[in-house]
Amino acid sequence: MTISIDPQKTNNESLQPKGWFRYFSFSLDHKVIGIQYLVCGFLFYLIGGTLASAIRIELTSPMSDFMPRDVYNQVLTLHGTIMIFLWIVPVVNGAFGNYLIPFYVGARDMAFPRLNAVAFWLIPPSGLMLVASYFVDGAAQAGWTAYPPLSITTPQSGQIIWILSVLLLGGSSIFGGINFIATIIKLRRPGLKLMQLPMYCWAMLGTSLLVVLSTPVLAGTLILLSFDIIANTGFFNPVLGGNVVVYQHLFWFYSHPAVYIMVLPAFGLVSEILPVHARKPLFGYTTMVFSIMGIVVLGLVVWAHHMFTSGTPPWMRLFFTIATAFIAVPTGIKFFNWVATLWGGKISINSAMLFSCGFIINFVFGGITGVALAQVPFDIHVHDTYFVVAHFHYIVYGGTVFIIFSSIYHWFPKVTGKMLNEKLGILHFIITFIGFNLCFAPQHWLGLNGMPRRVAEYDPQFQFVNQISSLGALLMAISTIPFLINVLLSVRNGKDAGDNPWNALTPEWLTSSPPPVENWEGEAPLVEEPYGYGKEISEQK
Amino acid sequence: MLNKNIYLILIISLVFATSFWIGFNVNLLPAEASINAPIYDELFKILFIIGLIIFIGMTIAVTYSLYKFRKRNDQIGDGIALEGNLSLEIVWTIIPSIIVLLIGLYSYNIYDRMGGMKELNHNHEMMSSNTEKIWAGISQTSDNEIAINNLSIEVSAMQFAFLFNYPKGNFISGELHVPVDQKVSMKMESKDVIHAFWVPEFRIKQDIIPGQPTILNFTPTKVGKYPIICAELCGPYHGGMRASIIVEEESDYNEWFNKNKKPEVNL
Repeated sequence: MTISIDPQKTNNESLQPKGWFRYFSFSLDHKVIGIQYLVCGFLFYLIGGTLASAIRIELTSPMSDFMPRDVYNQVLTLHGTIMIFLWIVPVVNGAFGNYLIPFYVGARDMAFPRLNAVAFWLIPPSGLMLVASYFVDGAAQAGWTAYPPLSITTPQSGQIIWILSVLLLGGSSIFGGINFIATIIKLRRPGLKLMQLPMYCWAMLGTSLLVVLSTPVLAGTLILLSFDIIANTGFFNPVLGGNVVVYQHLFWFYSHPAVYIMVLPAFGLVSEILPVHARKPLFGYTTMVFSIMGIVVLGLVVWAHHMFTSGTPPWMRLFFTIATAFIAVPTGIKFFNWVATLWGGKISINSAMLFSCGFIINFVFGGITGVALAQVPFDIHVHDTYFVVAHFHYIVYGGTVFIIFSSIYHWFPKVTGKMLNEKLGILHFIITFIGFNLCFAPQHWLGLNGMPRRVAEYDPQFQFVNQISSLGALLMAISTIPFLINVLLSVRNGKDAGDNPWNALTPEWLTSSPPPVENWEGEAPLVEEPYGYGKEISEQK
Repeated sequence: MLNKNIYLILIISLVFATSFWIGFNVNLLPAEASINAPIYDELFKILFIIGLIIFIGMTIAVTYSLYKFRKRNDQIGDGIALEGNLSLEIVWTIIPSIIVLLIGLYSYNIYDRMGGMKELNHNHEMMSSNTEKIWAGISQTSDNEIAINNLSIEVSAMQFAFLFNYPKGNFISGELHVPVDQKVSMKMESKDVIHAFWVPEFRIKQDIIPGQPTILNFTPTKVGKYPIICAELCGPYHGGMRASIIVEEESDYNEWFNKNKKPEVNL
C-alpha cells in the first residue's frame, strides 16, 4: 500500500470546467448551481411573462378575439405552471438557497453535491418539455390545478406531458429539500449554534420540511391522475365512480404549502437584506424563528380553504377558516419585526432596500385580502374570481418576486464582484411598483363585481378596468428592460465592488467577491452575531 | 416626549378616521339582491375597515421609517443596536391574535345567519332518497321547510350551459325564473366536468360537481335580471358559460310558469 493519492487530484473540482462553460456543465459547486438555478429560472420567467402579456392582451377586449379559446386555456395553464414550478420555487429555494446556505453554515459545499446537480439538471428538460408540449398536440389546458374531470377530458398528450414535467420538478424540489435539511443540520462548522444562524437558514429549514412533507403527496396524486388518463382507471373519474373532490384535497395538501414554499424563503431573504441596509440588528430574532416554524405547522393544516365552494361539511369549513386566519399572527409578527428593524436605523435608500420595502407594502395588502378570503362567507362570493387572482399575485409577485429582485441587487456584487447601476435599479423599482399595483389592484374590484378567473371573454362593463390592468401589465413588461440592461452591462463594466461593498456581517461577505471555489481561503469564520450592527462599531472603537 | 405622543395619537386617530370614512363611503360591491347580500356586505364592511387601518398604518410606518431614518450623506456608522423588545413582541402577538379570533367568531356568526352551518345531508324527500349523500352549499331554511314551502328547481350544468328543470311544471328552461321574496332550493348536478353557479348580486356560489349533487338555497329580494356565471374552469367556452336569473313579482312568475308548464305524461 504505497500508493498515495494527492487529495487535490481526487477532488472533483479539478475535473470541473472553468470559465463561462462551467455554468453549462454538471458542476458540483454550490455557487455555480445557484447561478444555474437563477439564470434558468429567469429565462422561464421571461417565457411565463410573455404568456402573461398574451393573457392581458386577450383581456383588453371583452370578446375572445386575440387567440383561440383552447389556446387561451393552454396559455393560462402554462403561465401558472411555469411561474410557480420553474421560476419562483427554483429561484427562491434553489438559486439563493444553494448560493447562500453553505456560506451561512460555514461549509464548503452542500451536503450532497451530486444530488444537488441532479436536482438542478431535472429542471431545464422538464421545463422545455412543458413548453414543447404546446407544439405536440396542444399543451395542458385544465389550469395549473388540473382538476379532474376536466384534466381527464381535455386532449391527453398535453396533460400527460404536464404531469410528467411537474413530477420531475417536484422530484427536483424534494432532492433540494433533503439537501438543505442535511446541510443546515449536519454541516454547520464547529461552534456555530442553531440560534446563531442567519434567518434565511431557518426559513430554508422550514421550507424544506414543507417540501419534503407535502410534495410526495402531489406526486402520488398526479400519478393517480395519469392512471385515470392513460389506463382508464377511476380514482377521480366520476363516470367510473371516482370522486373529484378527493383530488382537490390531495392537490391542495401540497399546493397550499407550496405558497409557503414560495414565500418563506422570501421572508428569510428580506431578513438578510433589511439589517444590512438599515445598519441595525434584525429585530426579534427568536420570535422570527418561532413564527417561521409556526407558519410551517399551520401551513400544513389549511388546505381546504381552497375548497369552500366545493361542498365540504360545515365543521370542516369552520376549522379551516380559523386555522387559515391564524397564519396571519406569525406572519404579522414578522412584518412588525421588519418595520422595527428599519426603525432607528441609518437606512441607505437603494434598489435592494426599495424592493424590500415594496415587498412589505404589497405583502401586507395581499395578507389582508388573504385573511378576508379565509372567512368562509366572504370567500363564497369571491372564490374563483379575479379577486383571488389579485390576492395571490400580491403574495407571489408583490411579495416573492419583489424579494427576488431585491436579492439580486443585494447579492450581485457578491457573485460578480461588480456593482449594479443604482439609477437603473431605482428606475426598475419605480416602474415595477407602479405597473404591478396598476395591474393587480383593480382586479379586486373586478372579482367583487362579477368577473370570474380563467375567462377569455367577459361582461363588457368590465372592459375599462381590464384595460387599466393591462396597462399595468405593459409597465411590468417594460420594467424588465432597465433590469436586463443593468445586469448585462454591469456584469462586464460595472463599478468594482470590493469584497464587502455593503459592510455586511453575514458570513458570505467575509470572503472575496466573487468567492473562491472552496468559499474561504482558510477556515470558515465563526459568525456568532450575523446581525451585530451598532455593536461591532462600538467594540472597534 | 409629550409632543411626540400627541403626534402619534393624532396620526393613529387620523388613520382610523380615514379608514372608517372610506369603509362607509366607498362601495366596491354590486347591487344587493338576496337575503344573503346585506349580511355579506356587513362582513365586507368590517373586514374592509380593519384591513384599511392595518394597511394604511403599515404603509405610513414603512415610508416614515424610510424618510426619517434615511442615511444622510455625512453620516457614517450604524443605527442603534436594538435587538428586540419583549413587551412589544408580546403586544403584537396578542393583539393580532385577538383580532383574528374576533373576525373568525364574527364570520362564523355571519355564516350561520346565511344558513351555512346547517347540516343538509339527510332527509330530502323532495329531491332525493335518504341514501343519497348531498353536500351542502348555503341553506337558509331547515330541511322540513325545504320540503314544504320552497320552490325547488333541479339544475344541471354541462359544457357550456345551465339547464333549469322545474319538476312541478314538468319543463326545462335555459333561463332561471324565480319569484321575489320566496325561498328557492336548488339541487345541482353536473353532466360532465366541474362547474360553479355564481350570482354576484346574491353573493352566493356553489360548485356543481359530477357524481356528487350539491344543494344551494337562496331568497331573492329584488326584482330584476342578474347574470348566472360559471366560476370554475370548465373548458374552452368557460368564459361564455353564462345564463340569466330573472327575479319577478309572483304574478309575473306564475304567468311565465303556466305558459311553460307541460301536462304530466301518463305512462
